[in-house]
Amino acid sequence: MGSGSSVNVNYKYSLQKSENAFKAAVLIQQWYRRHVARLEMRRRCTWRIFQSIEYSCEQDQIKLHNFFSYLMDQFTPSSSKERDFISRMFISGESYKEAELEKYCDYESIEVPDSYTGPHLSFPLLPDHATALLEAFQQKQQLHARYVLNLLHETRKHLKQLPNISHVSTCYSEEVTVCGDLHGQLDDLFLIFYKNGLPSPSKSYVFNGDFVDRGKQSLEILVILFTFLLIYPKEVHLNRGNHEDHMVNLRYGFTKEVMQKYKVHGKKILRMFQNVFCWLPLATLIDQKVLIIHGGISDTTDLEMLEKIQRDKFISVLRLKKRKESSRKPQIEAVNGESEAGTDAAGNEAAPRLSLQPQSAQAPNTANRLEFSRWLRQTVQEQIDTCRRLMDISESEPEELTYSSVVSLKDVDEPCWTRQEEWKQVLDILWSDPMPQEGCRENKVRGGGCYFGPDVTEKFLDKYSLQFLIRSHECKQEGYEFCHNRKVLTIFSASNYYEIGSNRGAYVKLGPDLIPHFVQYQANKTAHMLTMTQRISRVEESAFRALREKLFAHTSALITAFRSYDGDNTGKITLSNWATAVESVLRLGLPWRMLRPQLVRSTEDGMLEYKSWLDDLAMEQRSQEHIQSSLLEVIYRNRSNLETIFRIIDRDHSGLISFEEFQQTWKLFSSHMNIELTDDGINDLVRSIDFNKDGNIDFNEFLEAFRLVKQRPS
Amino acid sequence: MEHDWKIVQQSSDLGEGKVSDRTKAPSWRIAPKVSGCSSGTDGLIAEIEKKITEAFEVFDRESNKTVDGREIGCIIRSLGCFPNEAEVQELLAKIEEPDGFVHLENFLRVMTEVLLDRRFQPIPEDVILHAFEALDENKCGYITKEDLVKHLTEEGERFTQEEMEDMLVVALDPETNTLHYRDYRTKLVVDETKTFPFNV
Repeated sequence: MGSGSSVNVNYKYSLQKSENAFKAAVLIQQWYRRHVARLEMRRRCTWRIFQSIEYSCEQDQIKLHNFFSYLMDQFTPSSSKERDFISRMFISGESYKEAELEKYCDYESIEVPDSYTGPHLSFPLLPDHATALLEAFQQKQQLHARYVLNLLHETRKHLKQLPNISHVSTCYSEEVTVCGDLHGQLDDLFLIFYKNGLPSPSKSYVFNGDFVDRGKQSLEILVILFTFLLIYPKEVHLNRGNHEDHMVNLRYGFTKEVMQKYKVHGKKILRMFQNVFCWLPLATLIDQKVLIIHGGISDTTDLEMLEKIQRDKFISVLRLKKRKESSRKPQIEAVNGESEAGTDAAGNEAAPRLSLQPQSAQAPNTANRLEFSRWLRQTVQEQIDTCRRLMDISESEPEELTYSSVVSLKDVDEPCWTRQEEWKQVLDILWSDPMPQEGCRENKVRGGGCYFGPDVTEKFLDKYSLQFLIRSHECKQEGYEFCHNRKVLTIFSASNYYEIGSNRGAYVKLGPDLIPHFVQYQANKTAHMLTMTQRISRVEESAFRALREKLFAHTSALITAFRSYDGDNTGKITLSNWATAVESVLRLGLPWRMLRPQLVRSTEDGMLEYKSWLDDLAMEQRSQEHIQSSLLEVIYRNRSNLETIFRIIDRDHSGLISFEEFQQTWKLFSSHMNIELTDDGINDLVRSIDFNKDGNIDFNEFLEAFRLVKQRPS
Repeated sequence: MEHDWKIVQQSSDLGEGKVSDRTKAPSWRIAPKVSGCSSGTDGLIAEIEKKITEAFEVFDRESNKTVDGREIGCIIRSLGCFPNEAEVQELLAKIEEPDGFVHLENFLRVMTEVLLDRRFQPIPEDVILHAFEALDENKCGYITKEDLVKHLTEEGERFTQEEMEDMLVVALDPETNTLHYRDYRTKLVVDETKTFPFNV
């Protein structure tokens, strides 16, 4: 008793207290770490969703090819209207010699009104012009069309002098900064300039392609980049990306952006851009040691060939159609006459053509269906041939002879590549992706380029005595990522690419030691203020919305799949079978079991009533109840392709097509997709769209009406 | 670190509820109510394996059926388990390759057992509440930032600086710089049930 024991009691008490505190700490830490782990899993799953949806979008291009093949091979137009319609899809009209380009896209006659408050450009450009432009764009002003066109003309002149592969040396400027995809996100460019400084004689930049599409300020980015290019030609280098391609622009937003911003002169501006994009260099080499290309390489990439080809031949590298398998020999044999463009599927012979000059848009005015079909096949055949050689014929310079004749005129010593081989070189550079496995295989997901393995990289670097590759083309969560034993660096500069908070952007700096230093950023104030949980929730919401739309778009196929697991016709299936069925239909390679709680809310005894689940999905779409659901499904599933087709039809880029054209498109499409569509069905469809004027349909509105996913705020 | 987790496991003075000895496996197995399976348990195991594989593949960067050992804790936890660090390390030790990576087949084997045995059960809400209360000396319903940091970075299975900061960002009431743990706990619990209610 006495103080001794009370000390003991106190001691015991405090000992127990600290033991308790210790145990408590362990529990809290354990519990918290679980929470964090779940967040991390959610984050990664969300990422997966976005990536798989993005790549499956690119497969739409393949579906488009199939649609065109279908039109070519199987569809016989039943009226002259239909004939005209189809022929318009396949025949491009205009040729552009240098002089014609100047004339058509002339800017001098464009007056700049006194009321214009934006920046004025005069040539040669000075640093002040760049500053003025940056300030103007920050204040959301628009550069006058005249200056845009002038800038484009000057840019084209400059680019024409550049070699296919730019050479940069770090001994002139201390460091080179390399930026990746920007995709119209001007805020990211501003952030880069803010953090890193503007281009200048002491600050070199390489921009690695994909300046446009998806984001809403592609135009401004191009104007700024081209301006700096002209002011500091030695310090600023631009590489072409796969989005610097008008076929891609039709689908992914650049065309739309230009037409919206420049209603009067938009078409000219677009034409000029086409003729500027094709002159962008294909690659940049730093100190002969680091190669920068937009996409990647393949096992056949040949730098010597790349240096020598005429890069402006490839206005677009996208093929319009994949040829049916036949014993076609490579193009080089075309020297002997185009008679190989002989028999097509129906056994009709096409007349041999010796020149690939553009055809005038004159369909034979005959009611004879057979005649027409034959003519159509011939013309389309040629179109396909030229597309296959990847030369957009409408843009060629006529003083250049056809490839076949060029070959016969060249010296025997000169390397004789086929157009096919050249095309593949360019395609691979712009579209390929690295893969972890060894080897090199076709990139079926994107529909172009290759997947190349670490062995391909190794061999390539070895062959040309290079240290590593820098490429872009793929979004990375941290803005950059190494692969292939740090021999390939992906750099991606568009932050928040999928959604606010989805990823950081980054740029990389290289000094004479060629050791990469990275700077990351995220161009959105909101993103910084959000907690990790909020950021993840937000991105997640967006991803799941997109995913639910995809599911809805495959309703019929899903029902069939579910039914196959529901032999007794109970209307229910297990969650496990749900996951298997969904993957078999959507083929997105997603972890469905992990995603399930977000997609399937209510179950009974672990069983899902699939019909009502699908109905719930359908309910989420907007006000289109009066349209039959199967039709709706088709629209959703094919929206991206429909949009592209509309844009192709809409030659003057007005955003409007006539009701008849709309009907035609729809009919063609639905016969290809094997949908039963009554005239009533079409009328219902049309009634749901606002008619603008004179029976024209604003197809932008039409497409908007069927858009589930919220537009990203600009 | 040897003494701590064992104490936690055996004690039950931190609250009622299902804080049982988590090292013992229950002797029963769950009978699945799933149709379309060849045999009850087999079907269950197949489903578990699919779940484990999915979770694993999310972290499989190179699509070659291996993950970095440091992410194993994350994967295990996202499958519904609540191991502490020592338990994660113990598991990892069984399957980690010399190069620090873990192969799917090994992970699958070990993890299937874990799930079938229902190891590393969730910490019940009230137990967590009591844990917070144990740190709240004055029983006033909140813990000061300093105390929180001290306990969590110096005791138990210590938080790294980054972990501590991340937690504080959400947990602290910015005006008073204190953690109102009842609200915080409720908040996290609600978040949880929204997303991954794990059920076998």
